[in-house]
Amino acid sequence: MATTILKKPGTFYEVFTRKPDADKINTHYCPGCGHGKLHKLIAEAIEDFGIQDRVIIINPVGCSVFLYYYFDTGHIQVAHGRAPAVATGIKRVHPHSIVISYQGDGDLAAIGGNEILHAANRGEHITVFFVNNAIYGMTGGQMAPTTLPGMKTTTTPRGRDIRNEGYPLKMAELIATLDAPVYVERVALTDAKNMARARKAVRKAIQIQMENKGFAFVEALSACPTGWGMNPPDAEKWINEVMTKYFPLGVFKDISDKVEPVKFEKKVLSPEEIKKAIGVDGETLTMKKYQRNIVAEKYKNPKIKVAGFGGQGILLLGLVLAQAGMLEEYNVSWLPSYGPEMRGGTANCHVNISEFEIASPLVSIPTALIVMNRPSLEKFEPTVKSGGLIIYDNSLIDIEPSRKDVEVIPVPATKIADDIGSTKVANMVMLGAYIGYTGILTKESVFDALDIVVKRKELNELNRRAIEAGIEYVM
Amino acid sequence: MQITLQKAFIKINKEQCKGCTLCIETCPVDVLKISDKFNSRGYHYAEYVGDGCTGCGVCFYACPEPGAITVYKRGAVVDEEILTLN
Amino acid sequence: MAKQLMKGNEAVVRGAILAGCRAFFGYPITPASEIAEAASLLMPEVGGVFIQAESEVAAINMLFGAASGGVRAMTASSSPGISLMQEGVSYAAGAELPMVIVDIMRGGPGLGNIAPEQGDYYQVVKGGGHGNYKVIVLAPNSVQEMCDLTYLAFDLAEKYRTPVYVLADGFIGQMVEPVEFPEPKFPEIDKSWCVDGTAETRHNLITSIYLAPEELEQHNLRLKEKYERIKRNEVRYEAYKTEDAEVILVGYGIVSRILKSVVDIMREDGYKVGLLRPITLFPFPEEKIRELAKTASLFFVVELSTGQMVDDVKLALNGMCEVRFYGRCGGMVPSAEEIIEQVKNVFKEVEKEIEHQK
Repeated sequence: MATTILKKPGTFYEVFTRKPDADKINTHYCPGCGHGKLHKLIAEAIEDFGIQDRVIIINPVGCSVFLYYYFDTGHIQVAHGRAPAVATGIKRVHPHSIVISYQGDGDLAAIGGNEILHAANRGEHITVFFVNNAIYGMTGGQMAPTTLPGMKTTTTPRGRDIRNEGYPLKMAELIATLDAPVYVERVALTDAKNMARARKAVRKAIQIQMENKGFAFVEALSACPTGWGMNPPDAEKWINEVMTKYFPLGVFKDISDKVEPVKFEKKVLSPEEIKKAIGVDGETLTMKKYQRNIVAEKYKNPKIKVAGFGGQGILLLGLVLAQAGMLEEYNVSWLPSYGPEMRGGTANCHVNISEFEIASPLVSIPTALIVMNRPSLEKFEPTVKSGGLIIYDNSLIDIEPSRKDVEVIPVPATKIADDIGSTKVANMVMLGAYIGYTGILTKESVFDALDIVVKRKELNELNRRAIEAGIEYVM
Repeated sequence: MQITLQKAFIKINKEQCKGCTLCIETCPVDVLKISDKFNSRGYHYAEYVGDGCTGCGVCFYACPEPGAITVYKRGAVVDEEILTLN
Repeated sequence: MAKQLMKGNEAVVRGAILAGCRAFFGYPITPASEIAEAASLLMPEVGGVFIQAESEVAAINMLFGAASGGVRAMTASSSPGISLMQEGVSYAAGAELPMVIVDIMRGGPGLGNIAPEQGDYYQVVKGGGHGNYKVIVLAPNSVQEMCDLTYLAFDLAEKYRTPVYVLADGFIGQMVEPVEFPEPKFPEIDKSWCVDGTAETRHNLITSIYLAPEELEQHNLRLKEKYERIKRNEVRYEAYKTEDAEVILVGYGIVSRILKSVVDIMREDGYKVGLLRPITLFPFPEEKIRELAKTASLFFVVELSTGQMVDDVKLALNGMCEVRFYGRCGGMVPSAEEIIEQVKNVFKEVEKEIEHQK
């Protein structure tokens, strides 16, 4: 049945109770303002489509900041230019909602240029209405990114000079160049013919979202009689005769017939499924009990520093120690070199394995230094605690530690690794040497730790052989 | 009493009119005019001259105010008193 | 549940998901990127949302949108990124939106470096954005707390409808330690205020605009009352061997771990030294500090900054007790031994002072 009465759409509040002034019936817009015309088209479409409960309108900054006075829908009032980002957030978490982002030219094309481009480019399932009136209305008529060349505003008192202010931004054209947007049209809120086209465009842009097809963008050329210093009919004539020359009307992109609707499905998981999905279900954990070695007093509760070149597997060596320590139910911590020590391509990490709670995870005075290059030996040798241990790769380090108050164990780790198949496992030879010499961890826990820490399990065969070779060397 | 309208007409809520004249400008049959009187907010409001409306609805979409104009098309079923409460 | 070895940044995301967080919006930045990486991997697995935003500005506003929908949502960044987010945090505080923001602090000002620092104390604890607002700030000092305090952050954010920060330094983010994970939560959406595209919430409005001065003043006073309530109910701290301490060390995050070693080592040598570690930076444990001031003769504050939290210690004491500060910054981290030397000097001074008074 055709509508026989055209009246205030039910999407509008009957009385605008949120409006702070005494007048709760009329909008706050100036006479002849295009915002009201667009509001009416949007309100009518929402009512006709029966989606009022689902609609969330993003209120921008600008004259349309008070959309929530008028529309009886959900609202989020947002910061200047950020409407498409906020729209993205709410639509992604509530995909059944119909999210309408409404922005003016300063909001969308200047301060929010980044947000609109990326929301469009991601193909967010939102509907964007962009009101282009070539001026900053709310702040009193300053230049907008869409102000026409030569047009006078309060910040272009001599007229917009393209050599100083650049050219007006053609947002519809810009957005239409992107792959994701489904529908991009520019309309004018002026005479009867243009209003009929605008009405169709508004409805289509909302429908695309209802059909889960993607991003729709309608730019509406809109009169600002106050800002332009014209009476309303002249302002609309100026749009038709002048503004549309620079901002041509029409459809710039429409692939709505070609795109497949997206199905939004809510995934609901049980507690066990969640734990499994994020890897905290304990499946990777072994419940095995490990028999600790008897450790000599001086090797107990080591504060270990592992150091060498980046690429030698220094961090991994430390991680395997920490993981094995944990399996043996010690308190452990691992901290990668981070900050100023990282300079010069060297890597180091701090490892604590302790019967007691670990206070500082930082190892500034190591009781054990496992070191695989000369710069690190030179740097960290002086820091080793008196009576401590230095294990160094003497196939790479051509000097000897000079300290006499520490134990020094040279291990030709890179050579040993090379002999068994790859210099890459020199770190594991060093690890083997350390646990073999001190007995702090068992081979069993270290082998199991490898399986937990190393993602490419096929490498562990060689890693295990390297560890054994290290142990053998120091025995 | 409910009646079916035999001819279209429009109602302008004068207190909701800001006198922008966009409806007058756009009316294809020229049956709207600006009133000599003004409303409580000082606007000379638009008026329907009383005859000749075709119910095309163009003024409804031209008007920026949500509820200033209501268009009753031919065939609309309305309360009788609507006709007298202009 | 058994413990698992994990990096701080990765424990954050698991703690968040277990708390029921199902949306993450972020922009990569060292040393916080592992959080976004873990979220990108895990969020889709639990039916959640992950978006790599075009900027931190966009990320915080996406978070603003998701939070408006009443779902648990978060972002993570590091110092310069947090600076960019401040606009959105101010809006969220004004609109009273629950959200969780993780800041893995790095060196500044400007591009600074990627090394650990605690130079964000001012910009996070003291507001950072415009307007009269506060945010709850939780400061973990272990990987376990990276998980637990993130888990708690969502509850606090919802309870008080306010942004909550988890403020950690690069060390805590990068560190690997054993973690025991809590049970998954399934929070309900509070439809009394959110907008979620249903009839029940149609009349709700998320906004920070109060045009009338009278209304905005009332809004600010209401927020202030809320912050007072938070101050009364949510102060968290750890006091370690403070009962008989003459010198109280104060530090948070990684510093508190080093200070704990300092206390242990110095106690063995007979020094009466204790540690106060604020776990909440807002609300700050002011009362506990004043209580300790009754028995201690000096507070020694250590930070990875040129001195920011020390202001709050001084404000809490309001002249009751002497306050000293020792800080390293730019990524330099003091060793326990370095701090011990400083504290020993302080003890010498204190003893001299006591003798002088005799």
